[in-house]
Amino acid sequence: MRYLAPRTADDAVAALLAEKGPTRILAGGTDVLVQMRSGAVEPDLIVDIKRIPGLDRITREDGGWRIGAAVPNAALGEDRDLRASWAGVVEAANLIGSTQVQGRATMVGNLCNGSPAADSVPALVAAEAVARIHGPDGTRDCPVAEIPAGPGKTTLKKGEIVTSLFLPARPRRSGDAYLRFIPRTEMDIAVASAAVSVELDAHGRIVRARVALGAVAPTVLVAEEAAAILTGTQGEDDVLERMAEACRAICRPIDDKRGTVEFRRSVAGTLAKRAARIALQRAGGQS
Amino acid sequence: MSFDEYHRREFRQVGRRVPRPDGVDKVTGRALYGADMTAPGMLWGAILRSPHAHARIRSIDVSEALKLDGVKAIVTGADFGEVEDESIRDIRDNCMARDKVLYDGHAVAALAASDPRVARKALKLIRVEYEVLPHVTELEDAMKPDAPVVQEGRVQETVPPGMSANVTSYCEFGHGDLEAGFAAADHIVEREFRTAATHQGYIEPHACLAAVTADGKADLWCCTQGQYMVRSVCAAIMGMEASQLRVTASEIGGGFGGKTTVFIEPVALMLSKKAGRPVKIVMSREEVFRATGPTVHSRSRIRIGMTRDGRITAAEARLYYSGGAFPCGTVEMGAQAAFACYDLQAVRSQGWNVLTNRPKEAAYRAPGAPVAIYAVESVVDELCQHFGLDPLEVRLKNAARKGTKSSYGPTFPDIGLVATLEAAKAHPHYAAPLGPNQGRGISCGFWFNFGGNTCVTLNINPDGTVSVTEGNPDIGGSRASISLMAAEELGIPYDRVRTIVADTASLGYNDVTDGSRVTFAVGLATIKAARAAIRVMCERAARIWGIDPEAVEWKDGAAVPAGPNAGKFPPMTLAEIAANSFRTGGPIAGHHEVNADGAGVSFGVHICDVEVDPETGATRVLRYTVFQDAGKAVHPDYVEGQMQGGAAQGIGWALNEEYIYGADGRLQNPGFLDYRVPVASDLPPIEPVILEIPNPGHPYGVRGVGETGIVPPLAAVSNAVSRATGVRMTELPLSPPRVLAAIRRSRATDGA
Repeated sequence: MRYLAPRTADDAVAALLAEKGPTRILAGGTDVLVQMRSGAVEPDLIVDIKRIPGLDRITREDGGWRIGAAVPNAALGEDRDLRASWAGVVEAANLIGSTQVQGRATMVGNLCNGSPAADSVPALVAAEAVARIHGPDGTRDCPVAEIPAGPGKTTLKKGEIVTSLFLPARPRRSGDAYLRFIPRTEMDIAVASAAVSVELDAHGRIVRARVALGAVAPTVLVAEEAAAILTGTQGEDDVLERMAEACRAICRPIDDKRGTVEFRRSVAGTLAKRAARIALQRAGGQS
Repeated sequence: MSFDEYHRREFRQVGRRVPRPDGVDKVTGRALYGADMTAPGMLWGAILRSPHAHARIRSIDVSEALKLDGVKAIVTGADFGEVEDESIRDIRDNCMARDKVLYDGHAVAALAASDPRVARKALKLIRVEYEVLPHVTELEDAMKPDAPVVQEGRVQETVPPGMSANVTSYCEFGHGDLEAGFAAADHIVEREFRTAATHQGYIEPHACLAAVTADGKADLWCCTQGQYMVRSVCAAIMGMEASQLRVTASEIGGGFGGKTTVFIEPVALMLSKKAGRPVKIVMSREEVFRATGPTVHSRSRIRIGMTRDGRITAAEARLYYSGGAFPCGTVEMGAQAAFACYDLQAVRSQGWNVLTNRPKEAAYRAPGAPVAIYAVESVVDELCQHFGLDPLEVRLKNAARKGTKSSYGPTFPDIGLVATLEAAKAHPHYAAPLGPNQGRGISCGFWFNFGGNTCVTLNINPDGTVSVTEGNPDIGGSRASISLMAAEELGIPYDRVRTIVADTASLGYNDVTDGSRVTFAVGLATIKAARAAIRVMCERAARIWGIDPEAVEWKDGAAVPAGPNAGKFPPMTLAEIAANSFRTGGPIAGHHEVNADGAGVSFGVHICDVEVDPETGATRVLRYTVFQDAGKAVHPDYVEGQMQGGAAQGIGWALNEEYIYGADGRLQNPGFLDYRVPVASDLPPIEPVILEIPNPGHPYGVRGVGETGIVPPLAAVSNAVSRATGVRMTELPLSPPRVLAAIRRSRATDGA
């Protein structure tokens, strides 16, 4: 096994392209190292991207935020502006693991690990976050929603590296929230999760909504009908109940040690309803 | 023998919350645990485990693995010789399969290599040919007449004919006329309960280092609850004399009963013998889950009759336990404990043990009692609800007390249950208001406690300090407690005493650290060893003073003349006597050896408040209070720690912990991610209330406290959830999907 810590994204891409055996990109390592220790993966090459300049920074861009691939989740929680604008995204990222894990784990790592239960991914999808990808053909931008491809899989091609995530600027009267269900209070993996992002008009009416569900299908789900139900309303109780049902209707969960199909479906809707209430509250709405 | 008995006294040392002697080493990372031992030339052992729940081993080909550079020895079941004793044979076969693998994770071969990576690589080169057999991992399935038989020929004569060969033993306890008792009841509740197997969940995985020399001597370092047990079992399996095997216990990162047997130690010894080098084995967490002792999983049927004023007229329990692939006596303890909290005219408990293709059960804190008492206390709670009676009043009305003929035979001496119930009733927790979706559950608990074989040596050092040598690994603060008792008896400060845990060659035999026995039995032996040393010190003082030894007594840490007729001498302190000891006859020591009796049974009452989210089935424990009769609390911090720790483990058992097997017979959750012990944020502060009702069988009134605390939480939590949701819960764990489904079922029925 070789370990490389290149100083540029191009060098990292070249190293990954040149390696014939299994490779892993190392940022915080909170998934990769665990997988290696358990024997689940035995990479021939590890490319550490933490030494690439800029990847460890959060920068403002067009009123939004560009978050480098090596920014630990703890740093997100310490960025007051980011937290105020994208509270749901930050709380999703900050739910992952323990305090120690927070000091290492990154949102890009969470995304690229490909887990259907990844906490930050539904929140990023609801936020319409965009990933910047460095690859053999240069740089491209891709909506976060299009990156997961199934458990442990992404749509990234060989040699491609997600170097940053972009969260857009927030208008006034907007808010987001993320909730997950775990049997414990922390240190666990989502059995079902939901993220909701809303923008309100001056009358507290929802003009734009986005709902994403986690751990209820092979990849994160964008609940378009649920978002449509919210749009034009003030998030009244009966609207939220209908929205929850619309979420339940699109779930395609599995039965496993963490929960039954019936349970996941039911709880996903409940979480969406509760997350919508929090998002509305953050946006300054009625609920 | 009146010297043994409890006498009321004022304590100077006992009862203080002194710093623990092992504390600094543990928080600074210096304490040496099982995996911290190394030796020159040491090899690393690794174990190949079965991927099948049940299979015949057709062949094992180790030739490719042996060719790998760095591999020094490989052992399989064929390397282990015959053993006469059946229980030791079972341990041997659990450590290394012989003809069949009996569960997912059962060891089939082991090797020793120059480093862990080579060892792991070599494991993949061992070829095992299996003939996969039908398996059965669930108790109910295993009892069916056509079930696959886990082990043939293990059925005891006590088992009634006509049952599956997996049902290996039957037991029965009780007294009185059940039929008449049930006829006298105003209402009878009969319910069936299920509990999942749980693991002890100690943080330190099993680890050992074995070094066998060419002339047949051996040293073994390991983390264990009993180095003498390890010596006995390993010597029998290896065909060695006990004196040739010296076992040293490391610091221990939790045991809870799970380290009262061996799993890797005989394997490491055999590898070391074959390789001629020291061999270390450290289990991974996955191995701990798959191949070390969980507790039993159970099914039970409870029937209790009650009058409308709350008097229990008859009670019956049928308990079915499975301790995995080997016969297991835990159901007998469950059947004996089931109704121990009650004073009953008519009672019967029956128990059956059932084999399944799961790992061999190991003891877990009050083994057998939690699941039996969970079922009984659930039915008592339901009867209280039926009649609208206060659950503490009903328990007080029926509580076992001095003179009660217990359901398992003995008549109780002075016991603390009534005092414990009264304390619970008077506590503000019991009267605190509850909000919506909240419920309060209570449960009693009981444990037998144990004394057992114990040796202690107490040395008076020339500088006036004292060294106590005992033979039980310190799993709950026993070194501090024993030092406190030695200091108390000798009349010297606590910090003059240091207690160490000896290896098997340095002290006589000691039973395992189990049965909540150590503070009681080792404490008893320590007090008597101190008294023996005091007798010698009084003799030395008498010699110096030139008076009769009978004319000297011990007071406040010094020898003094027994009365005005003995002569006028200033007190001679322990330090002065010690300093002169080389001139007065040599070093001074006291020792005591005993098979201690009189441990004294223990009772507890727990109150638990929960809130259940009706939309997700999630349960949050809001408030939890533990009342327990501790006898004299030697070190109250540790007593409280035992009460809180037992409650925390019991809450985990009640809410989320479970062994989950797939249809393929493999364990689905061998790790702390999906085997959910409570994390700190899952639990409220657990308030411990110690009741000090002296145990008449101990000079200081000490009673074991370690195990009782895990008994009540299962029913306390389940009763609270049942009351919060309005649905009687009958299966553990109360995981959110199960609770939500129960709420939905009940609403559907209500709506219909």
